[in-house]
Amino acid sequence: MSAGTGRYRRRLFVNRFNLVMSLATMAFGMAFLLWILFVLFQQGFAALSPTLLMQDTPPPGSAGGLKNAIFGSVLIVATATLISTPIGILAGVYLAEFGRGSWLAKATRFINDILLSAPSIVIGLFVYTVYVMQVSHFSGWAGSMALALIAIPVVVRTTENMLQLVPNSLREAAIALGAPMWKVIMLVTLKAVRGGVMTGVLLAVARVSGETAPLLFTALNNQFWSADMNAPMANLPVVIFQFAMSPYDDWKSLAWAGALLITLTVLVLNILARTVFRQTAVR
Amino acid sequence: MMSASQATAALSVTIPERAAREDKRHPSPQGRRAAAGRWQDLLFEATTRFFAVFVLALLLGILLALAYAAVPAMEKFGPAFFVTNVWNPVTSQFGALAPIYGTLVTSAIALLIGVPVSFGIALFLTEMCPPLLKRPLGTAVELLAAIPSIIYGMWGLFVFAPVFADYVQPLLTRVLGDVWLLGPLFRGAPNGIGILSAGIILSVMVIPFISSVMRDVFEIVPPVLKESAYGIGCTTWEVVWNIVLPYTKVGVIGGIMLGLGRALGETMAVTFVIGNAYRISPSLFEPGNSIASALANEFNEAADPVHRASLIALGLVLFVLTLIVLAASRFLIARLARGEGTKT
Repeated sequence: MSAGTGRYRRRLFVNRFNLVMSLATMAFGMAFLLWILFVLFQQGFAALSPTLLMQDTPPPGSAGGLKNAIFGSVLIVATATLISTPIGILAGVYLAEFGRGSWLAKATRFINDILLSAPSIVIGLFVYTVYVMQVSHFSGWAGSMALALIAIPVVVRTTENMLQLVPNSLREAAIALGAPMWKVIMLVTLKAVRGGVMTGVLLAVARVSGETAPLLFTALNNQFWSADMNAPMANLPVVIFQFAMSPYDDWKSLAWAGALLITLTVLVLNILARTVFRQTAVR
Repeated sequence: MMSASQATAALSVTIPERAAREDKRHPSPQGRRAAAGRWQDLLFEATTRFFAVFVLALLLGILLALAYAAVPAMEKFGPAFFVTNVWNPVTSQFGALAPIYGTLVTSAIALLIGVPVSFGIALFLTEMCPPLLKRPLGTAVELLAAIPSIIYGMWGLFVFAPVFADYVQPLLTRVLGDVWLLGPLFRGAPNGIGILSAGIILSVMVIPFISSVMRDVFEIVPPVLKESAYGIGCTTWEVVWNIVLPYTKVGVIGGIMLGLGRALGETMAVTFVIGNAYRISPSLFEPGNSIASALANEFNEAADPVHRASLIALGLVLFVLTLIVLAASRFLIARLARGEGTKT
């Protein structure tokens, strides 16, 4: 071994060089993650203050908060979750329990996987053409619809994956007791993987709460407090976009505060989905 | 009914058999319950199937809705729309070449940087990483995908662009500016904003997607193959390059296509740093435009119906482009997963 020929030594060198490069790429990725998070925390915490939650978005050049935008975001995302969760779970149930290998299930699975990565701005454009253009005004509903369409594929995918983990013997046992299929699914198989399905829903919420592009042409924005889902509605991502691109320092610092709030929410949801619910799913 | 009974039959023969034995004229309480159960089952299956079809129809619906809304632009400009480099809302003349060019070039830069880095990360996480660090580091890479794209945009505009303009761009001009063929790409005013910055930020955004697919497919290589290679004295790199990569190349290409699909449609990050100019210039330092950023910037201000229809036509181009790329990606990844069972 130790009496290495030139060729052997070259092989060892190539090996070591490439492994070091691989370590370097890992460092490259981590460096960007830490850089972005560092800047975000630095700028965001500097801009955090109680007034964020107590005042609405200000006109240019004056101080204010993000109360209406936070409220709008929560309302739009919550509505989107309420729309997308049942649709996604039921479609996932079809793929895992009824469709299985049928052509409809195969086609749906394929299309769902594509929609999972489809550009979100196109979804916004779609909701604009089929809803906003028809009723001729922007609205919170339209924003929720666009976000729901983005969330559905995520829920479908995780629900199906989770249901496929359920052993067939569990289904057979329930059927042997005389339970109809719908009871088998609702009370046995879905219940067995409810932690995993919840993970999917949480991941979907995390995914849509940071989305900006689909809200631009649907919910638009609103400088004032509004709880009317039928009117344009303030929401954090669009406010951040508008304020960050503005020349006013007050607005920019509010944009950083909003960015911090959104990122923290998304990261917490992600970590929650990965840790808390993974445990219950495995059990 | 057919497929309902087929589905249950696949699991068990209990229900149809028992149902067949029931006397229809004198149903027992159990029989009535079974009949109600069958009816409820039918309804339940129809409901789930309806939503599955809904997902399927969604894709078609998006295509049709966008195509219909893009008609005014197509009527006015015809196929020349896709190859004309003009964008003038004042004279209502529109052509899609500049945004299409910007979209393709930024995505190409993203892959050029993102693919080797993702490969390195996947290699590190599957072959080199101490087991204790595997989960936290893997999660950290995935967090790159969890950060909302608007955050990338703000960071790109306020933090990355100035650093890029002060240190990286002058360096690139000095080193590569006089190289034959490559030179013109790296000349021009270093202002930090433009096609190259957008491409680099995109590359960071696609890393988690590509590397996570690569990791997954690297894990499915049968240990016997790798152990045999180690057994005849291969180094780690030789095992990865000569055994793991050839075995998984279909999946790896699928992962790259997935990253490409993401890069093509990424909106907010690009909008902040690309500069929003309808221009095709030889230099990568110059501002440009991508389809997604054109939409994000202009759509709400487009009052002219032709302008609006032209933007929707751009959206349609983007959607079709990503559909093709993502379909190819899914097809390749699925092919590798299918082969997994047959090859041992």
